[in-house]
Amino acid sequence: MKAVRPNKEGKWAWRLTGFVTLCVYVFMFAPIAATVILSFNASMFGGFPMTGFSLQWYAKLMNNDAVLTAFRTSLWIALVTAAVTTAIGVVTAFALTRFDFRGKQALSTLVILPALVPETILGVGLLVLIKAIDQPRTMLLLVLGHILLAVPYVVLIAQARMVGIRRVYEEAALSLGASRFSSFREITLPLLIPAVVGGALLAFTISFDNTSASLFWRPAGVETMPTQILSMLKISISPEINALGTVMILVTVGIPLVGGLILQSLTKLRKRGEPKEEAR
Amino acid sequence: MPDSQGTTLNPRPASAGAEGVSAAAAANSPAVEFRNIDIAYGKFVAVRDFSLSIGKGSFVTLLGPSGCGKTTILRSIAGLVDISAGQIMIGGRRVDDVPIYKRNIGLVFQSYALFPHKSVFDNVAFGLKYRNVAKPEIKRKVGQALDMVRLPGSEKKLPSQLSGGQQQRIALARAIVFEPQVLLLDEPLSALDANMREEMRVEIKKIQKETGITAIFVTHDQEEALSMSDRIVVMNAGSAEQIGTPEEVYERPATAFVADFLGKANMLSGAVSRSDGPTIVTLAGGQTINVLSPKALPQGSPVTVVVRPQKLSIGGASANRLPGRIVSASYLGGSAIYEVDIGDKANIRANAPIAGRVLREGEVIELGFDADDCVLLDEAGRRIS
Repeated sequence: MKAVRPNKEGKWAWRLTGFVTLCVYVFMFAPIAATVILSFNASMFGGFPMTGFSLQWYAKLMNNDAVLTAFRTSLWIALVTAAVTTAIGVVTAFALTRFDFRGKQALSTLVILPALVPETILGVGLLVLIKAIDQPRTMLLLVLGHILLAVPYVVLIAQARMVGIRRVYEEAALSLGASRFSSFREITLPLLIPAVVGGALLAFTISFDNTSASLFWRPAGVETMPTQILSMLKISISPEINALGTVMILVTVGIPLVGGLILQSLTKLRKRGEPKEEAR
Repeated sequence: MPDSQGTTLNPRPASAGAEGVSAAAAANSPAVEFRNIDIAYGKFVAVRDFSLSIGKGSFVTLLGPSGCGKTTILRSIAGLVDISAGQIMIGGRRVDDVPIYKRNIGLVFQSYALFPHKSVFDNVAFGLKYRNVAKPEIKRKVGQALDMVRLPGSEKKLPSQLSGGQQQRIALARAIVFEPQVLLLDEPLSALDANMREEMRVEIKKIQKETGITAIFVTHDQEEALSMSDRIVVMNAGSAEQIGTPEEVYERPATAFVADFLGKANMLSGAVSRSDGPTIVTLAGGQTINVLSPKALPQGSPVTVVVRPQKLSIGGASANRLPGRIVSASYLGGSAIYEVDIGDKANIRANAPIAGRVLREGEVIELGFDADDCVLLDEAGRRIS
């Protein structure tokens, strides 16, 4: 197709492409938009046309103890998951990029594997394992499960960044008298910060909105936000769920967005004019 | 003796008495010494049986093409590469088991390797910080080092705000500010543009002289090596081809490789045709050349006569005269390079000052040189001595 002088066919092809793209976006975002809009609906029944603007469903949410408990549970699980996963992920990525050891390839594959196995399989698997060794389902299990799910993504992010940090920086630090640990703390880690923050945000998000695996792992009586929504849906489709959904969207989209913006402004100065290597 | 030296050496300046003796021994020992080192990566042997002793305060260059093992040797001093056999001594102390951060060496990289997230001050102060130097002292020393590299007042800048040349100056300041025993420079000029390179060459040499630091410089650029070094180690395929002063390696190359790598010498192969009295070599094309041989050579033995392009004059009364036709001429301002066909498919290159006018292609000339302008190599490419 000639882009310079579009003929009739070309024009129609472009129109078609545009139309299909539009459809895909509508398909993807319309439900989200509907959820957000309907959360402000005054009517008891979720549906258009809206009967008026109201914040009553948010107010109701604030007084719903079950929801608040679930929110708190999800929040701290996500925070713990983010912290632990980031630590594990960064160290693993460092080892995988900087050292050669036996079984490196195997470890690299094993670390990524949880991201490739379907979540339901993983959920059932861990549950079966716990039953086999006769352990109860505890919060610890739930947190460990979330860590398992998030580690691959953090490792991948940290590894990608690690590859970009040239080894000479560490060599320079070592030659100047810094021990291996000091050079990691003073040089490698600060340069890894974008990956650390990015990984932590992603791990937080993965944990915060995980549904299927959490359903298998949560101890009796414990609800996370997604499982809480699921159980509320079983009873009725209340507009309260729309409000809850909007809050969820705000948390899972907003936090990474804000984090990314902060990060961008942090690294702006540093990125300019790194030396051209091997410029002969 | 060497072993006892290694064990009794006191790194601090000794006050008096028995300790004074060992300190004196350390003062006399070379700054860096390699004893028959091998370095292997798996099955690939990068450096084979390399020995070298580097005196305190000298400037030694490891020169060679890429892949000759020069950088590997440099990194082995730093402790970034493990040696598989032999010993490395720094200031009389064996360092095989000393980790890099305890070796007290300054390292300058081709790619500067300034910490991008630290200011110039923090970069330069880095080594001092890990030597537990007091804060006011750090400040004073960093200021001094920045004065030395002629970038005073740049403490607060980030590396990304500096040009390539400035970054390399800061890297140099960072490597010398804590007064290391040895300064290692790994192709520090290669990433700079041509003008900057020349300037930095002079600067590095000047700073090295002022501080009296022992410097080991790695490069593939023969001009850098010749202009900066007290001694040059010409490397090829993992071992030293020749070790000598710049004049020695240039004027009296030990091997055909050295002659070719440093300044593209003319190599004329022939055979000894007369050995009683003055030695005469007959070339494949039938021309005869008078040479000086350090020893009597049997008649008919194959030799290579090495002559530098700069030694060849056009016309003139010299012991040897080779007639030929100019194939190409390139004008360089002060001189010109002529490619001359002397028959039998042999081309010879002359770099001659311009007298009157630049000669043109096709002109027939006579190239003259003296017997002592030649170096004789044997069949294996080694200098006959």
